[in-house]
Amino acid sequence: MASSFDRIADIIAENSEVPRDKILPDSHVINDLGIDSLDFLDIVFAIDKAFGIKVPVEAWTQEVNAGNAPAEKYFVMKNLAERVDELVAAKAG
Amino acid sequence: MRLEYFQMIDRVAAREGDAIIVESRIPDASPVFEGHFPGHPLMPGVLLVETMAQASGWLLLDLMGFARMPFLMAVKEAKFRSFIGPGTAVRVHAKRLHDGSGFAVTEARIEADGKRITDAELTFRIMDYPAPELADAMRGRGRELGLL
Repeated sequence: MASSFDRIADIIAENSEVPRDKILPDSHVINDLGIDSLDFLDIVFAIDKAFGIKVPVEAWTQEVNAGNAPAEKYFVMKNLAERVDELVAAKAG
Repeated sequence: MRLEYFQMIDRVAAREGDAIIVESRIPDASPVFEGHFPGHPLMPGVLLVETMAQASGWLLLDLMGFARMPFLMAVKEAKFRSFIGPGTAVRVHAKRLHDGSGFAVTEARIEADGKRITDAELTFRIMDYPAPELADAMRGRGRELGLL
């Protein structure tokens, strides 16, 4: 099975105008890929469905806005894939 | 319906689980029909979308206990299959497809005389009420509709 990174990158390419080959592990979803908030919610919807989870975007955003976590923790591709893996593991747990 | 006030829903016919059915009647007369279209009044497609959005909105409000407000942010796969005009009674079915973090997705359709008129998938951003007056208005109308 493809890695979470690859699956998420495929989802982003399908739900935005970003070419698949531009989506790299170190890409920041917003700053580097230029995903706007509406496309991002479409992407989250697709991730939720694909992985059977509920990505807690609101909690992540609040954490970042409050200065309690760097945006990179959630919005750089390789980290996003890790967070998704954690959510999948927690659900299976 | 009171088109000029964007009040598209007359009553809730059924509410169960993740779904709602609402009923409404397109008014016999409205300034909207003077422009859409002269001599051939038709319910505008954008107002059919609004009707599906409001049915979905009441569903989502009820599912959230009226704690937060859904705002329409995307309409996908909207299809307008038949024309309907003044005086038509409609039933609107809406179902929540996904309960996301800060957003929700519904599918909705409008039927008249048992025939499908329009359908779409709708995405809503779920936000805190931006004004207390809006929260009061939603809860007030929710009470009128029997949801509260």
